[in-house]
Amino acid sequence: MSDTAETAGDIAAGRLKPAELAANFADAHPPLSPHEAVVEANRCYFCYDAPCREACPTGIDIPGFIRRIATGNLRGSALTILEANIFGGSCARVCPTEILCEGACVRLAEEDRPVRIGALQRRATDWLMAQDPRPFTRAAATGRHIAVVGAGPAGLACAHGLARLGHEVTVFEARAKPGGLNEYGIAAYKLTDDFAQREVAWLLSVGGITIEHGRALGRDLDLAALRRGYDAVFLGIGLAGVRALGLAGETLGGVRDAVDFIAELRQTADKGRLPIGRRVVVIGGGNTAIDAATQARRLGAEEATIVYRRGPAEMSATHHEQDWAQTNGVRIRHFAAPHRLLASGGRVAGVEFMRTRLDAAGRAVATGETYTLHADMVLKAVGQVFVPDPVHGDGTLALALDEGRIAVDAGRRTSLPGVYAGGDCIAGVDLTVAAVEDGKIAAASIHRQLLG
Amino acid sequence: MADLSTTFAGIRSPNPFWLASAPPTDKAYNVVRAFEAGWGGVVWKTLGEDPPIVNVSSRYGAVRYNGVRVAGFNNIELITDRPLAVNLREIAEVKRAWPDRAVVVSLMVPCTEASWKAILPPVEDTGCDGIELNFGCPHGMSERNMGAAVGQVPEYVEMVAAWCKQHSRLPVIVKLTPNITNILAPARAAQAGGADAVSLINTVTSITGVDLDLMAPEPVVDGQGTHGGYCGPAVKPIALHMVGDIARDLPGLPISGIGGISTWRDAAEFIALGAGTVQVCTAAMHHGFRIVDDMIDGLSNWMDARGYRTLADFHGAAVRNYVHWGDLNLNFRTLARIDQDLCIRCGLCHIACEDTSHQAIAAQRIDGRRRYEVIDAECVGCNLCAHVCPVDGCITMAPQPTTQPKLVWAQHPNNPLRVAAAAE
Repeated sequence: MSDTAETAGDIAAGRLKPAELAANFADAHPPLSPHEAVVEANRCYFCYDAPCREACPTGIDIPGFIRRIATGNLRGSALTILEANIFGGSCARVCPTEILCEGACVRLAEEDRPVRIGALQRRATDWLMAQDPRPFTRAAATGRHIAVVGAGPAGLACAHGLARLGHEVTVFEARAKPGGLNEYGIAAYKLTDDFAQREVAWLLSVGGITIEHGRALGRDLDLAALRRGYDAVFLGIGLAGVRALGLAGETLGGVRDAVDFIAELRQTADKGRLPIGRRVVVIGGGNTAIDAATQARRLGAEEATIVYRRGPAEMSATHHEQDWAQTNGVRIRHFAAPHRLLASGGRVAGVEFMRTRLDAAGRAVATGETYTLHADMVLKAVGQVFVPDPVHGDGTLALALDEGRIAVDAGRRTSLPGVYAGGDCIAGVDLTVAAVEDGKIAAASIHRQLLG
Repeated sequence: MADLSTTFAGIRSPNPFWLASAPPTDKAYNVVRAFEAGWGGVVWKTLGEDPPIVNVSSRYGAVRYNGVRVAGFNNIELITDRPLAVNLREIAEVKRAWPDRAVVVSLMVPCTEASWKAILPPVEDTGCDGIELNFGCPHGMSERNMGAAVGQVPEYVEMVAAWCKQHSRLPVIVKLTPNITNILAPARAAQAGGADAVSLINTVTSITGVDLDLMAPEPVVDGQGTHGGYCGPAVKPIALHMVGDIARDLPGLPISGIGGISTWRDAAEFIALGAGTVQVCTAAMHHGFRIVDDMIDGLSNWMDARGYRTLADFHGAAVRNYVHWGDLNLNFRTLARIDQDLCIRCGLCHIACEDTSHQAIAAQRIDGRRRYEVIDAECVGCNLCAHVCPVDGCITMAPQPTTQPKLVWAQHPNNPLRVAAAAE
């Protein structure tokens, strides 16, 4: 490993020129022009009982909003979207449409090219955000006050729904900015121009919502007090934990959690100041791995390799996301699990991988054969986990869990009366759009509870 | 390769594709470009008496449909705005240079014999092949008692046609306005006046839209609009009907078909329904003269595939099947058939039938997958589902075998005025 020792730790900022960085972190999928949008809208067949709508976790009337684009009724189009999904703007940008609405488009049966529903949704919502700083109004004040924990898509969707119904909402957020993963977790080129903040500011214009930052459940707040102080509580606290590799050397210099890397990247305006390894290895098979590896390449990493312990079909990153990474020069190696972190001078120098295969049950099992990848930087993206500590009360778990996350019923009610939950902290798919639906449903449930 | 040459009312042209009297045929420059592109003939834009008329600025309106431009088109332009002598000189020059192409001159002068008698000799002197009497223009000129104001009065049509036959040796084509109740009345009048042929349809009285900012009809002229003449693909069905009526009821009267003809297939339909030549304007104004290439070889290839050697082989072939409603067989039954392999499960057939027709397409879920099935007992064979289905060939209409003889309304038991069968 002498060659590795000589080059280990090659982590540097400013690998690319400012213009290259600006281009690399610009909008990956620029908006449709008004003309393009009308042409694309006219491709929609206006299906009855449309498969796309059924595939949308928030149930947006997709044929309805697309038809309104075609007729020039952009306000009606945007409101059709936003009534179902107040985060329609960010969902238009970050949804994996290829496995949701666009994956269900009937056009695929004929010509392998679905209607560009996401891009059309962006056209309508961008138009309304530019035209109308405050499209929603509130019902008469109810005098009820709800606590929402977490200012991510779930919490803010819930808060917005409640505020429209006339309730007062206080949102407690641990981080310095609202938006949750839209602000800290999504690849930079998917939400450019500070969109996450602009969208939150726009939806807060409804009024009746106060956000208190730097307030974390379990540290600054406790659930019992929230229940006493408010008429209802919604928990949208996400996944606070990241899985470890379980190998020696995870604290070596150059080894990081991919989510931290992405969050730092999102919070750094001057991408030229971000240190990146010359050779980056990303371990994992989800969209976090894709986003970390792709952004590493776009920051100037010479090599970025994703290593996943199972095959392409088992990756939770969609096929489209895998293509995207590969188009960005990311190499994806399947059927290998990290076995040993190699060090040099207190810094990571490489990773020894154990080759795997799938057993009859679909689990990855070691074959005994190994290989080594040199690495200046190792990003761990092997999953995030729900940390239940904040919902402990008096030393015991106050809320029932399901699959390691907060258990809820169809109305997003937890096992504690008056406490609701949604987003990544409950079981189900971890998507922005699913979190928004949780918040929307919880707001309706809370409203029924309070006024029913 | 099929022979596309035509002789229409004595006028020969290498193919049946003529440019209609309109802006594309207003000047030698345009007409020469058209002939270079391959058009078989032109009807020169309507000449009138000097001094020339004056046109407004802002002349055309258009209808867009689901992103398709110029699905319909209208104009408020009048006849030529150039001096008569200039047009006559250019017509003569063009005809001399292109002797094999048809050059017909459209005319419109006041409804007096003196006016017609005066203009016919200099027109004839150009060497043109025939004249077309513009009795159809529905805007502007009609306010001056010309154009459609003449075409809407059969007695005037007959009178002017007779003057032209009397004062000229040229073949006379009467261009008919569709803005009447029954096209047969002016067509019969033209025939009675001695006209050699009719051409139709001229444009349909129309307003293409309203500018909702200016609150004025389109096209807008200084904040105001007026009705114009509608043409383009949207009027083809109206034109086909009128052409068919004349072909059926006035057999032997040559017809030059006009109205939304954009492709060789449109042309074939007009010819099958009795047109001897076709005239085109909007499609050329949309795409330029080059569209004639596909019209020529498309028609020729189709004729070759069908074994038609000349246009006469299928000219009027559909006329015998164009009947009155009362002649249709009430015992005929056709049913919708959905090809489940082609179905993309959009549900459009179901919702159209369910909401607006006969509740004859069931929406099912089989293992969570949509499936649409025709309920034969409810299906009346209306074709709606086949029309709204976005997939070619997915929904077809299947005529059902029957042992019953043809039954028409005149004999139907529900008809209080039914005619008893001969045997009874």
